[in-house]
Amino acid sequence: MSATANATVAQDHHGHDDHGHHHKETFITKYIFSQDHKMIGKQFLITGLVMGTIGILMSILFRIQLAWPEEASWVFELFLGDKYATDGVMNPDAYLALVTIHGTIMVFFVLTAGLSGTFSNLLIPLQIGARDMASGFMNMLSYWIFFLSSVIMLSSLFVESGPASAGWTIYPPLSALPEAIPGSGTGMTLWLVSMALFIAQSLMGSLNYIVTVINLRTEGMSMTRLPLTIWALFVTAIIGVVSFPVLLSAALMLIMDRSFGTSFFLSDIYIKGEVLAHQGGSPVLFEHLFWFLGHPEVYIVLLPALGITSEVIATNSRKPIFGYRAMVASILAIAFLSTIVWGHHMFVSGMNPFLGSVFTFTTLLIAIPSAVKSFNYITTLWKGNLQMNPGMLFSIGLVSTFITGGLTGIILGDSTLDINVHDTYFVIAHFHLVMGISALYGLFAGVYHWFPKMFGRMLNKNLGYVHFWVTAVGAYGVFFPMHFIGMAGLPRRYYTNTNFPYFDDLADVNVIITIFAIITALVQLVFIYNFIHSIFFGKKATQNPWNATTLEWTTPVEHIHGNWPGKIPSVYRWSYDYSKLNKDETDYVIAGQDFIPQNVPLQENEEELNH
Amino acid sequence: MTVFLIIVVIALLGVTFWQMSKILKLSKTGHEDSTQVANDNDNKNQGYLMLGFVVFLYIFMIYSFWAWGDFYLPEAASAHGGDYDRLMFISIGLIMTVQVITQFLLYFFAYKYKGAKGQRALFYADNDKLEFIWTIIPVIVLAGLIIYGLFTWSDIMNVEEDEDALVVEIYAYQFGWKARYSGDDNTLGKANVRFIEGTNIVGIDKSDSYAKDDKVTTELHLPVDRPVLFKFRSQDVLHSAYFPFFRAQMNVVPGMITQFSFTPTITSEEMRNSEFMVEKVNELNQIRKERSKELVANGDVALDPYEFEYYLLCNKICGISHFNMQMKIVVEEEEDFNSWIAEQESFGETLKKEEEQKVSSNN
Repeated sequence: MSATANATVAQDHHGHDDHGHHHKETFITKYIFSQDHKMIGKQFLITGLVMGTIGILMSILFRIQLAWPEEASWVFELFLGDKYATDGVMNPDAYLALVTIHGTIMVFFVLTAGLSGTFSNLLIPLQIGARDMASGFMNMLSYWIFFLSSVIMLSSLFVESGPASAGWTIYPPLSALPEAIPGSGTGMTLWLVSMALFIAQSLMGSLNYIVTVINLRTEGMSMTRLPLTIWALFVTAIIGVVSFPVLLSAALMLIMDRSFGTSFFLSDIYIKGEVLAHQGGSPVLFEHLFWFLGHPEVYIVLLPALGITSEVIATNSRKPIFGYRAMVASILAIAFLSTIVWGHHMFVSGMNPFLGSVFTFTTLLIAIPSAVKSFNYITTLWKGNLQMNPGMLFSIGLVSTFITGGLTGIILGDSTLDINVHDTYFVIAHFHLVMGISALYGLFAGVYHWFPKMFGRMLNKNLGYVHFWVTAVGAYGVFFPMHFIGMAGLPRRYYTNTNFPYFDDLADVNVIITIFAIITALVQLVFIYNFIHSIFFGKKATQNPWNATTLEWTTPVEHIHGNWPGKIPSVYRWSYDYSKLNKDETDYVIAGQDFIPQNVPLQENEEELNH
Repeated sequence: MTVFLIIVVIALLGVTFWQMSKILKLSKTGHEDSTQVANDNDNKNQGYLMLGFVVFLYIFMIYSFWAWGDFYLPEAASAHGGDYDRLMFISIGLIMTVQVITQFLLYFFAYKYKGAKGQRALFYADNDKLEFIWTIIPVIVLAGLIIYGLFTWSDIMNVEEDEDALVVEIYAYQFGWKARYSGDDNTLGKANVRFIEGTNIVGIDKSDSYAKDDKVTTELHLPVDRPVLFKFRSQDVLHSAYFPFFRAQMNVVPGMITQFSFTPTITSEEMRNSEFMVEKVNELNQIRKERSKELVANGDVALDPYEFEYYLLCNKICGISHFNMQMKIVVEEEEDFNSWIAEQESFGETLKKEEEQKVSSNN
């Protein structure tokens, strides 16, 4: 009821000015403090890409150190300067700072804000048939708080005592005591302030997405007709609302412990010749709070990527996504399970082993919906008519890395097996493949697919092919070998492995990994070139370049405020009517056209499905 | 090495630009290409690349196992380690099977059903039977794994208060380890960081009668075939006591005592002389010799030849020198252990010595 009512209100408001010139937009209201969801989506994307460039550059720096430990390099002199790379050799504190900020930036700023922020903003109103988000103002606020949070995080790189360097998981006491590591001084304070702002923007965004999806769907757009992208983004927003506040509480308690002498996480500490007054706190409590967000965060990162993949694979296979209901059910199952598995990060934290058993059980259950999703993707390809657009390639790549990375989760999620591979490179390999690379592929798939919608122009496909294939080989080249050095018992976050002669034979593998990493990072320049060049000089896009069924392709190429000139289209079918045949099976339902957009009413010669 | 790196980077940049310019040229001349949407030609080329990629992936996986498979740690040196390794190999076998099958299907379908004009995709939206099959198969397989894993887990983690078990405290600090043996009474004296003073570096409570016979050492010696109950304590930040050769790990948490128990089964001597380790150490020394040559040429000191010892390492980021926080572990026969422990000075003796020194210096 209310959905229709709201939609009508919005319609009435916009109905009489079809030309879209109803109020003059200045440069500032159009490009900077814009309340238009499409512009905000682009702002998230570009900020995310800038942060991603910085995050990836950091990883290259510490990979060089790992491959050629304690050797001088002009690269370090150039990027780190004399302070962090004395005589061109990276210092151990710089190494720890780099891995910490790399993790923080990639997980939160690139894959949370850059991925979910971009596509939630762009796609939710367009695909559900709404004029804009429920609250355009809050949406704008959300972006600008994110921007502020990014600026603070980056500024922490330049403080005297160095940025936060206790790992992206910032476990106290290390993160609480500047005596324990220099980065836990001002750098850590800025990290916490930045993250608190980040959480605030994430909540504003998520609440907006949830309200918009529930209330502003156009006429006929029932929940079971939503494209899977919307399902994924919607559920992601719910997970965010459930779990991000817990991280905020952990951050607040950590701030209290650091600055106001409380003892939530600290107890019995003797450091630099002095016993601290803190008594009775527990670092394990922090671990619980952190991972209560930290694990759902994995799915906050991954679900939008999976949603994008569902859409891109179906469109480019010219087939409906296989098992739509199962896909929705597995998104919901993953979302639910994701909130009750956080303890698998803590099997050897000292918590009761019985809890470990419970978390093993819940964790391995996640493999079931994940397997269902993977098989459904593969079945969607089966007997398709695959259009190998760059977005499609990245989607196939995502399914591949999602499987490879997900399978090793069966080892890490098993409390017994975790004992000996916990915090080794095996873990690095696992989570980079299953959430890092997969989510990045999802981001790229989305950018290639919706670039025409965002900028009205096409990305160059050949550059896209080069980008994909080099990245695909490089990503496996970087992360597959890491499983093996992890199995050798090599711990993560080691500045150098040379203090353990037992690891000497792993040195060559580290060189191989680094070379792959450099190649993979360099090929991203091709993407950045393609991205910037195409914004200005790309081939002009047609209204529906991929022949897709969803509503965003019924809007004009040139952006207008309110998305549709005139009436918002009504929806008569689900979003996956690709290659549907007419009753006699002589031709497609619409002759000569293998797709039926959602706003096309049921045809006489077609059978009705349950959607 | 840096020179090599620079050359690699420049070469790659060159290749990238060359490729880019070539592609740009191609994309400008081909007029049918101008929509930037994949055409039949693209579909064909990319389809073959999909097939090529799965071949690459297989070769790369096989190469990885062949070249790096022996990085896996040697035979477990603890009683529960055999079970651990068995579960690990079953799991690896299982996931590699699934990996090989699913990756093949994914890329093969991508190749086989590459688009072409006139090709008609099959409208195939649902099949409850198929969905059921690939829900139930993971359920069954995972149920097996979960049950097996949980039995092993409870065997490993349920520490029985065994009279016979040797009680040892592992004490962590930035950036090193100490071991505290509980002495003849096999009971550790009370301890807290607030008691740290002078030579009492692990903070033992002097007034506790159980503390007198405690012995603090810098090496960890363990008698073979006797259960050891480790109690972990940290003085400053989180650490993790990682015993890779014994398939054991436990975080060390300031403010609480964590524990782990295992029975070492292979002495250091036996491990050193095992076929695996002899070969491994030879290889390592070969590598070290070559690197030494390089070092000497640069005027540095050559590396010592390596002899295998068990070690304990820190596996939770703990500060600047996290990468070099280790302790030597020696597993030996009961007699050797007894004579070694007898040589160590007990806490009571240390206190007495200090008293005497104080008295003599006062005189």
